[in-house]
Amino acid sequence: MSVIRVRNLVKIYRMGDVEVHALRGVSLDIAPGEMVAIMGPSGSGKSTLMNILGCLDQPTSGTYELEGLDVSRLSDDELAEVRGKKIGFVFQNFNLLPRMTAVEQVELPLLYANKPVPGKTRRQRAIEALERVGLADRLYHRPTELSGGQQQRVAIARALVNQPTIILADEPTGNLDSRTSAEIMALFQQLNREHGITIIFVTHEPDIARYTRRIIHIRDGLIHSDEPVLHPATADPALLAGSSPPIAGRSREVPS
Amino acid sequence: MSVSEGVRIALRALAANKLRTALTMLGVIIGVGAVIALMSIGKGAQQQITERIRGMGTNLLFITPGSITQGGVRSGQGQAPTLTLEDALAIADPSNVPTVALVAPEITTGAQIAYGPTNTFTRIIGTTPEYQEVRNWRVAEGEFISRQHVDARSNVVVLGANVAQTLFGSDPEASPVGQTVRINRINFRVIGVMEAKGAQALGNQDDMALMPITTVATRFLRNRTTRGGTLVNQITVQVAEASAMEETVQRIGELLRQRHRVVQDDFVIRSQEDLLNTANQITGTLTVLLGSIAGISLVVGGIGIMNIMLVSVTERTREIGIRKAVGAKRRDILIQFLVESTLVSVLGGVVGIVLGIGVSRLIAGARIPGVAAGTAGLPSVVTPDAVLLAFGVSAAVGLFFGIYPASRAARLNPIEALRYE
Repeated sequence: MSVIRVRNLVKIYRMGDVEVHALRGVSLDIAPGEMVAIMGPSGSGKSTLMNILGCLDQPTSGTYELEGLDVSRLSDDELAEVRGKKIGFVFQNFNLLPRMTAVEQVELPLLYANKPVPGKTRRQRAIEALERVGLADRLYHRPTELSGGQQQRVAIARALVNQPTIILADEPTGNLDSRTSAEIMALFQQLNREHGITIIFVTHEPDIARYTRRIIHIRDGLIHSDEPVLHPATADPALLAGSSPPIAGRSREVPS
Repeated sequence: MSVSEGVRIALRALAANKLRTALTMLGVIIGVGAVIALMSIGKGAQQQITERIRGMGTNLLFITPGSITQGGVRSGQGQAPTLTLEDALAIADPSNVPTVALVAPEITTGAQIAYGPTNTFTRIIGTTPEYQEVRNWRVAEGEFISRQHVDARSNVVVLGANVAQTLFGSDPEASPVGQTVRINRINFRVIGVMEAKGAQALGNQDDMALMPITTVATRFLRNRTTRGGTLVNQITVQVAEASAMEETVQRIGELLRQRHRVVQDDFVIRSQEDLLNTANQITGTLTVLLGSIAGISLVVGGIGIMNIMLVSVTERTREIGIRKAVGAKRRDILIQFLVESTLVSVLGGVVGIVLGIGVSRLIAGARIPGVAAGTAGLPSVVTPDAVLLAFGVSAAVGLFFGIYPASRAARLNPIEALRYE
């Protein structure tokens, strides 16, 4: 069974009198545990597709089933609930809240969970998630005290903490240098391999896409190609030595 | 998200912008402070007037002439020449009204009193010895008007504390008692000085002089009825027992109607309670008026909160987008911002209450020029209901003016909010 089952997805934006056809009928299945890259030039409709897959937006027509649940006709609040439960987001610009410590950032999704999670459990789960991304020693740092790579790790921990069905990563390495990018991709691969999390990347960098096992090209609102990657690149194993945090202190980035 | 989580988030957001928070609160602080301070003045006036009316004596009835209609023109109350000294004597007769204890008729006029080179214009009240008992008001020095003085129409005067101070104040050693003052070119012997009662909201009670009612009726006001009765301005009646008040009012009414040979009352009988109710109505209106004026500044403070909350929502658009992306519902965002605006307002309200109480104390302690010497400034009383009201209103203001900004935040589209720079 597919985690994501999309049929004839159409999205039309109205800008004044002009209709913009962002998606013209996209059908797509993604199985559990897949690691997929959605690629395409800007204006191709890949961002629109990602917004709909992320339950941030709704299609004009067509259906979208997430784990068998039709989410294409839900209310705003119902969509928010689905996002909180089943989807983790990782953004290009990290989107962390200013002035909050790493642990608090990661606790945020638990704050909005339907069943209230007690404060102690929240803290514990947030710490576990940060340990998984190798930031055990940066629990109480604020975004301004962290490097770009570390900030993105906090964002990944935030995406993980609710044990989502899928993680949507929108140009997750766009603001990072190539070495840190490789480290982040290695982390994604590890999470995918060890925990079987379905990860969908939206990117226009072929360098990033080659770490995945399937590449979907979008052009003019339609799927142009959908091919498996026969030999996915593996991030430098040295960076993955053990599960200990290998990156901290080795990042050459200046904290922003 | 629970409200307690909302409070935690709101406190952090407020702490992050301390100056802005303080300035926003200032609007509410001033508003609540003004409400408390001004309402305390109103309440203080009310309390003082109540005390004065109660201090007049116990179980009192005040009888004044009614209004007359002459040639189609209705004159004001108390203008009709109907109430006479003889009426007062009739009321005092136990065979007419057995429940009456004491009766004190009064004639009021004004005159210039001179002592040597100093002189003052004051109220002259002609009355009988019972006045002292009925009004619960004693002489501080000398003696009061006696029955003999009334019978003999003696040229004697008892001065109010203020008048004595004005005329004889320059020499504190000399007692006014025994001195001679001139009133309307007639010599009067000062036989006593009343104890000071202090100023009240409706004039100074100590600014007057008392004389035998017969003296005033012959020397100053020679107004008579067509049947030859001596007109009086007011008759104060002390009833023997509180339980007999209603019965006494009825009996006196019957007696006066019979004596005046009228069907409709040409007089008005008011009890102390009636006066109290009227005064409370007036001061109550005053309090509400003062409170409402101050309330306007509270509303202005509320608008300040709304303004800042709108700015804050715009500034934190991306934060709202992030919160929505990780699962925050409209309700969660709404609560977050409502709690924030209410918190600003409630914190401001608490500070404002403290400030208002302080200002009220200051007003009560201050001496205001123009108010008679020896009396404190404006009375002011902070009542718990005023504090509760101010607190409740400030919370309501925060909630009300927070609704629009909070609902704008809650309605934000997550995609656009995330993209906001």
